[in-house]
Amino acid sequence: MRPFAYVKPLDLAEAVEAVGPGTKFLGGGTNLVDLMREGIEHPETVIDLTGLPLDEVDELPGGGLRIGALVRNSALAADRRIRAAYPVLSQAILAGASPQLRNMATVGGNLLQRTRCRYFYDQAYACNKREPGAGCDALGGFTRGHAVLGVSESCIAAHPSDMCVALAALDATVEVRSIRGTRRIPLADFHLLPGDTPEVETALAADELVTAVELPPAPVAANSRYRKVRDRASYAFALVSVAAALEVRDGAVTAARLALGGVATRPWRAHEAERILVGGPATEEAFGRAAEAELAPAVTRPGNAFKVELARATIVATLRELA
Amino acid sequence: MSEKYVGRPVDRLDGRAKTTGQARFAAEHPYPDLAHAALVHATIPRGRITAIDTEAARAVKGVIDVLTHENAPAMKPPPAQSLLNPSTLFIGTSVNYLATDEVHWNGQPVAVVVAESPEAARHAAGLVRPTYEELPAVVDFAAEEPNATPQKGSAIMPAAADKGNAEAALAAAAVSVDLRFTTPPHNHNAIEPHATTAVWDGDRLTVHESTQGITWLRSHLAHRFGVPQGNIRVLSPFVGGGFGGKGSVWAGTLLAVLAARATERPVRLALTRAGVYHTVGGRTPSTQRVALGAESDGKLIALIHTSVSRTGRVGGMPEQVTTVSRHLYDSPNIRLRQSLVRLDLLSNTAMRAPGESIGTFALESAVDELAWELGMDPIELRMRNEPARNPMDGKRFAHRMLREAYEVGAERFGWRERDPRPGSMRDGRWLVGMGVAAAYHPAFQLPANVTVRLGADGGVVVRCGLHEIGVGAATAQAQIAADELGVPLESVRVEIGDSELPEGPMAGGSGQTASVAASVVEACRKLRRSALDLARKSPDSPLRGVTAPQARDGGLYQGSRGETYAEILTRAGRDHLEAAAGMGMLRFLAKSVRERRRWVKAASGAQFCEVRVDRDTGEVRVSRWVGVFDVGRVINAKTVASQLRGGIVMGIGLALSEETLVDHRTGRIVNASLAEYHVPVQADIPRIDVHCLDEPDPTMPLGLIGVGEVGITGVGAAVANAVRHATGKRVQDLPITLDKLLPL
Amino acid sequence: MTQIRMRVNGVVESLDIEPWVSLLDALRDHLGLTGPKKGCDQGACGACTVLADGVRINACLALAMQYADKEITTIEGIAKDGEGTHPMQEAFVRHDGLQCGYCTSGQICSAVAMLAEHAAGMPSSVTAHQGGTHLTDDEIRERMSGNLCRCGAYNGILDAIRDVAAQEAS
Repeated sequence: MRPFAYVKPLDLAEAVEAVGPGTKFLGGGTNLVDLMREGIEHPETVIDLTGLPLDEVDELPGGGLRIGALVRNSALAADRRIRAAYPVLSQAILAGASPQLRNMATVGGNLLQRTRCRYFYDQAYACNKREPGAGCDALGGFTRGHAVLGVSESCIAAHPSDMCVALAALDATVEVRSIRGTRRIPLADFHLLPGDTPEVETALAADELVTAVELPPAPVAANSRYRKVRDRASYAFALVSVAAALEVRDGAVTAARLALGGVATRPWRAHEAERILVGGPATEEAFGRAAEAELAPAVTRPGNAFKVELARATIVATLRELA
Repeated sequence: MSEKYVGRPVDRLDGRAKTTGQARFAAEHPYPDLAHAALVHATIPRGRITAIDTEAARAVKGVIDVLTHENAPAMKPPPAQSLLNPSTLFIGTSVNYLATDEVHWNGQPVAVVVAESPEAARHAAGLVRPTYEELPAVVDFAAEEPNATPQKGSAIMPAAADKGNAEAALAAAAVSVDLRFTTPPHNHNAIEPHATTAVWDGDRLTVHESTQGITWLRSHLAHRFGVPQGNIRVLSPFVGGGFGGKGSVWAGTLLAVLAARATERPVRLALTRAGVYHTVGGRTPSTQRVALGAESDGKLIALIHTSVSRTGRVGGMPEQVTTVSRHLYDSPNIRLRQSLVRLDLLSNTAMRAPGESIGTFALESAVDELAWELGMDPIELRMRNEPARNPMDGKRFAHRMLREAYEVGAERFGWRERDPRPGSMRDGRWLVGMGVAAAYHPAFQLPANVTVRLGADGGVVVRCGLHEIGVGAATAQAQIAADELGVPLESVRVEIGDSELPEGPMAGGSGQTASVAASVVEACRKLRRSALDLARKSPDSPLRGVTAPQARDGGLYQGSRGETYAEILTRAGRDHLEAAAGMGMLRFLAKSVRERRRWVKAASGAQFCEVRVDRDTGEVRVSRWVGVFDVGRVINAKTVASQLRGGIVMGIGLALSEETLVDHRTGRIVNASLAEYHVPVQADIPRIDVHCLDEPDPTMPLGLIGVGEVGITGVGAAVANAVRHATGKRVQDLPITLDKLLPL
Repeated sequence: MTQIRMRVNGVVESLDIEPWVSLLDALRDHLGLTGPKKGCDQGACGACTVLADGVRINACLALAMQYADKEITTIEGIAKDGEGTHPMQEAFVRHDGLQCGYCTSGQICSAVAMLAEHAAGMPSSVTAHQGGTHLTDDEIRERMSGNLCRCGAYNGILDAIRDVAAQEAS
């Protein structure tokens, strides 16, 4: 990796003041260190956040939880409040990576995780995300791991996170801070579609630091589930994943949350499917119709066309288990 | 009475070194002044380097030198290949690295950076900027496969065979199947990436290397660097997995030695994981046709098996993809063909059971499909076609216990519980399927030179330049020597992994243990004779007049008469006795050819598999496994079982998840990473019940047949057949990923 | 170059390193502790697994600077008080939970920490879906899936861990 300066601020104020051109925040390092070693990220200064007091999960006054950006993935998945009120989030985290990586990775880092598209990783290939305007070699290449929703002609890279899929379903909010102050970004607006600027991945400004994620109360989430489908039983990125929460009364769906991973360029909240589900019968047929409606805009290539059927089947199976 | 060690589940002798972190691998030898090297890989499939800008790389702090074709000292080109000199067959590629501006594959090393730290070397390697003139390249196996040409055969590996008229018989058969299969390229992915530490002292060279072939590596280095073999020492006491990938000499090794010579520094070159993919060949992809014709009672009358595989234009090994079809089933009509395409890609190379691992997938899938067509149990079909002699040429089997393997396996697995109707067995959301297939791998030996030394202190030292790539090689030889000399296992030390030792065989073809065992047994017999002769010279020896004593209790005894080796040697005033055994390559090859005319020798077995297929998503999980093997005599029940299980685990990867993705436009491997090339993880692997029939093969040393490769054979088919049973779907293209099953 | 201190296997070590040196390279190249292995250098194999303040991590993706003043335990120090052998090391030999030995250091460190994680009530994907707290074979398999073994010694590894878990329970 390219030589860089390393600073370790003592408090949050110092951290946001340290921001400048060429700086990069470091959490657990599981993604950033890898990208730096591969020569894809090359910050001049790395600001190590891991000493900052952002590693608590706190209850919010009106219900809900506030998760510090430096809470380790494993700690969040093990948190009893999360497991009870938002099981989908605990399951999503536990479906990702390996125990060792989850022990290192932070919530903030996971939010900012970059795609695992091999054409992005290997500098021998053209990639608009890595080098704007260079072209996209994934388009005519192996697309088994690539997105079918939210794609553009510039980029079809799938968002790799499991955690973010659950957060999308849970209407999470991201709290960010800079010297200009603190603001909150709904998770739905946090990750951007690639459009013709796939290098811009989030709504985070250059000087902003993720400090927390807030989960609003969501009674429906008590009955929730994360289902991940992949090419081996563990330690692999999703081909398709589904975060779902369902409330059924008298055979009818009264509340539903649905988000998809592995199939989209960002954590994909399935609003269209939810719209169809709520008020409808809790039957396989209805689940299938909702899934098909959500997947109707899918743009597929020979290598990833199977994801439409796989996503449909996985959505139906997950909802069936919750119904 | 001494206990016998052969056959017992002895703990591996290097277990402690490996579990305490004390075992040192090739990249772990410290030298003062050690420099670190990193490779720069080409990013085009074929062409010429028109310029190479190393300025930015040289400016990196700590960079010592950047070697390119413009400034690197010359190596000699690789030797011409000859069957009579097997070392010339394991040269990796024909490219003379850094002596040419030519690029032959996407990923070929085009420069080496040497620096004071590994971080600086790697960073600087990323700053080297070659400019290329690209030339047309042919890299797409699927597109080129129809243009394949017949593979050239050899005495050791014939490429084609005919018996009767198989096509006509097929056309006339009452029941037939005619199927096309494809298998993708694979990479070995030993967890230790290839690594070299090279140290020149004048014109003497020491190389710490991760290799399966110490002797041949030494002769290759001697040739390439123009120094006598005696000036080179290759050390490789621990190899972090090989599977064939460390059998040949690849670029990293040569370039480390070259860099050490150029910089006059000890140099360590540990390949990156991507670097392994880009510089070390993997398993060829294949397309195969298997057509079977049978009478309505299941008796085979036609067997056709053809294959297309690939090599690189710069080298590679044609694979014996159809060999299994010479041996497994009786048929009056057999037609076998192997063809090749040569592409602008890195050479392919041997990977665990080259040929047989993918050949058994096609053949044994087709046999299963024929059983479906016939409405017959697949084991019953196999038993009806089990040959008494080798089907192709009527040679005798040295040993054949496939019937017993199926019988024992069916019992252990509970094959009778299988409801033959597809999709009939369920467990909640899972569709359950059971499949079976034959395992088969030829037995193989190479010459091995050993010395065995018996000390007056009772200690025994076995010396052989063999390789410990995970098989417990030294442990097995220690057990053999202990039994042959009648001494406790603890008193035997086995020295391995050093080219200064007597020349051992390469660790390949499942042949190392049998090869070395033959010589250890012979050397020990010589030692016993020498000891007896020595004893009988003394009037005081209780062995005087004894002609055929037993080796036991640390000495030689006949009934109650006898004494320990220590007593014999001490009385004679000898510090030790030593005996050597072995044979030259040419004599050995002549002997092998004579034997091959008489016998067909192989390890074989029956693989039983249960899968669960998620009825919604098509995810396949292997839930049970039974493998019953005929591997002759078992030397170490613990390590033999481990090796067979290891083969099955890799076979489960081959069946379900492993595939090297070669971009069809650029020939560059896309998933050159352990995150994207899916080897099985712990959660993929069920309890694997391995059982060995444990009956000696009379034609093999101590009756043992190697176990390194037979375990992977048949696994792909057993899984595919189980999936067929669970879902009704026959997947003919590996790996069996869920998209090939959906919708269910 | 910055000087940091780190307690490694019970000994306080002082290291002069650049910020881009990984914890793995610091251990292997600077401290000569070659037990932790480099199988991929990208967090995809687990061969580099060490414990940081008792928690298992992939040392290849850790910058050494980030672990200044932490307690690092490698295979060389996994035995109690750094002496003799840990029961897990012995169990790996007994059950042949290894072949080539290259992934073994990481497997053992991972296994030791895994049992501690389980004892502390940390869930896995299997727990989350199936409930219960018993350390079943499926639990062990899932919790050990961050450590690849290409030789395929998974059954032996599983047996070794079960053996040690039973010893600890009794």
